[in-house]
Amino acid sequence: MLLLAVDTATPAVTVALHDGDSVIAEAGQVDARRHGELLLPTVDRVLARAGLKLDAVTGVVVGVGPGPYTGLRVGLATAETFGLVLGVPVHGLCTLDGLAYAAGLTGPFAVATDARRKEVYWARYDDARTRVSEPAVDRPADIAEQLAGLPVVGSGALLYPEAFGDARGPEHQSAGALASLAAEKLAAGEPFLPPLPLYLRRPDAQVPKNYKVVTPQ
Amino acid sequence: MADEPLVLGIETSCDETGVGVVRGTTLLADAIASSVDEHARFGGVVPEVASRAHLEAMVPTIERALKQAGVAASDLDGIAVTAGPGLAGALLVGVSAAKAYAYALGKPLYGVNHLASHICVDQLEHGPLPEPTMALLVSGGHSSLLLAPDITNDVRPMGATIDDAAGEAFDKIARVLDLGFPGGPVIDRLAREGDPKAIAFPRGLTGPRDAAYDFSFSGLKTSVARWIEAKRSAGEEVPVRDVAASFQEAVVDVLTRKAVRACKDEGVDHLMIGGGVAANSRLRALAQERCERAGIRLRVPRPGLCTDNGAMVAALGAEMVARGRAASDWDLSADSSLPVTEPHVPGTGHGHTHDHDHVHEMSKDNLYS
Ligand SMILES: [Zn+2]
Repeated sequence: MLLLAVDTATPAVTVALHDGDSVIAEAGQVDARRHGELLLPTVDRVLARAGLKLDAVTGVVVGVGPGPYTGLRVGLATAETFGLVLGVPVHGLCTLDGLAYAAGLTGPFAVATDARRKEVYWARYDDARTRVSEPAVDRPADIAEQLAGLPVVGSGALLYPEAFGDARGPEHQSAGALASLAAEKLAAGEPFLPPLPLYLRRPDAQVPKNYKVVTPQ
Repeated sequence: MADEPLVLGIETSCDETGVGVVRGTTLLADAIASSVDEHARFGGVVPEVASRAHLEAMVPTIERALKQAGVAASDLDGIAVTAGPGLAGALLVGVSAAKAYAYALGKPLYGVNHLASHICVDQLEHGPLPEPTMALLVSGGHSSLLLAPDITNDVRPMGATIDDAAGEAFDKIARVLDLGFPGGPVIDRLAREGDPKAIAFPRGLTGPRDAAYDFSFSGLKTSVARWIEAKRSAGEEVPVRDVAASFQEAVVDVLTRKAVRACKDEGVDHLMIGGGVAANSRLRALAQERCERAGIRLRVPRPGLCTDNGAMVAALGAEMVARGRAASDWDLSADSSLPVTEPHVPGTGHGHTHDHDHVHEMSKDNLYS
């Protein structure tokens, strides 16, 4: 088994290879503005470092968000297209589940990532592998009370220490954690999410004034 | 193979998810999924709605195109994709998918210019482009006059709109007349039953001291809207067909006049017209009339190839392969304002960067050591 995991739902562009036992290569970069440029070279680098070619991959794992839209789609478009060409399954996982897995906590906690617009994407967990709420998007102040006393993991927590008293790392998503979680779920025969984006927000239905600026200067 | 490259092209710059397959200058498949209906109630293209639709349609549209073409992905000689200009988020879906597709297949990737693709698509209809070709591109997003001595590496802007695109003017007037979105087809239809000389609407930028090849449709749009409002406030019925015909005449008069003038000035004996507005029947007729009078050969692809599609991207990609142009790097980015002077985005060969990895595994055959 060789899983290729990618996640672009957060500012991190993260890629990992997992052979069923462990992560054999991982690379990534935190740069919220360059997901489109960075992902493919990162995939290429991870494969090169493992001494493998893409056609050795037996399954693709992709973080489906929630995440700010533009970057999120880079990972999904890439994962789905790999799946098409390779003829292998594409397994969707909630991005927050990767952070929860990486946190490795054994008691109740929450994960929060930056949703921009002064909001966070978040969900509650009973332990590192067990999510107990649907991912949601809210203002930190509006959920501070219900998460009071709980550790809150991720950049969304660290950004708003006034709302989350016990904010903790890991700050950023790791495809290695996502791949490890996927390998466990595959071994246990547990279901995945479809490789479809979790936007959690409706699109801004605004037509910009010059909606397609393509006039040469 | 070299003279007849088999190329798949992906286009996602606006609201059409297009995937085309060509062999040289022969069209094999042109699969399209459009989100235009989802934008209709907003009166224009909503970028986030378009981007979401592209992601949903991407893989199924690739599959459909390959099936239509009756070729195997492994037989492709290259993958082309619109790198820009266009809506940033929309472009990014196509660029991401194209990179993954090319990488997984082990084929070269060509990031190409949307405007150059609009010109090159005519090769699929009328054979190889004459060099140079003068091109008038008119759509909801662009109104440009371009001189193309070599579509793969030399495209020169002659003029462009200084305000609205021609297609936008159609959309806006259609909105004022309550005709819905997009405005082009319905105005074209109504105009056939109207009098193009009924109302003398202004011709923008046609004075002796105005830029010879630039366009302006904003003043026309305002003038038409005022005329309609004046009728309405006087309690008179708006002669919709005459308004449509007179407005359309003002637009196509300026477009064709300037395009023919550019051909004459530059000594170019071919004019191609592309973009969604090239489907307009009056534009085609008037351009034909004026080109014939000036001894210019007019080339206009069928309407389905004038609007945004994947075949045009594949057509330009095939030309890039045929002429041995450099492929793009894996870090190709979507460039919403890619200049028309860059028909493609060649790689530097240094697409891989040494950055802050948290990688601990190093294989022996690391390509980047
Ligand atoms: Zn176009």
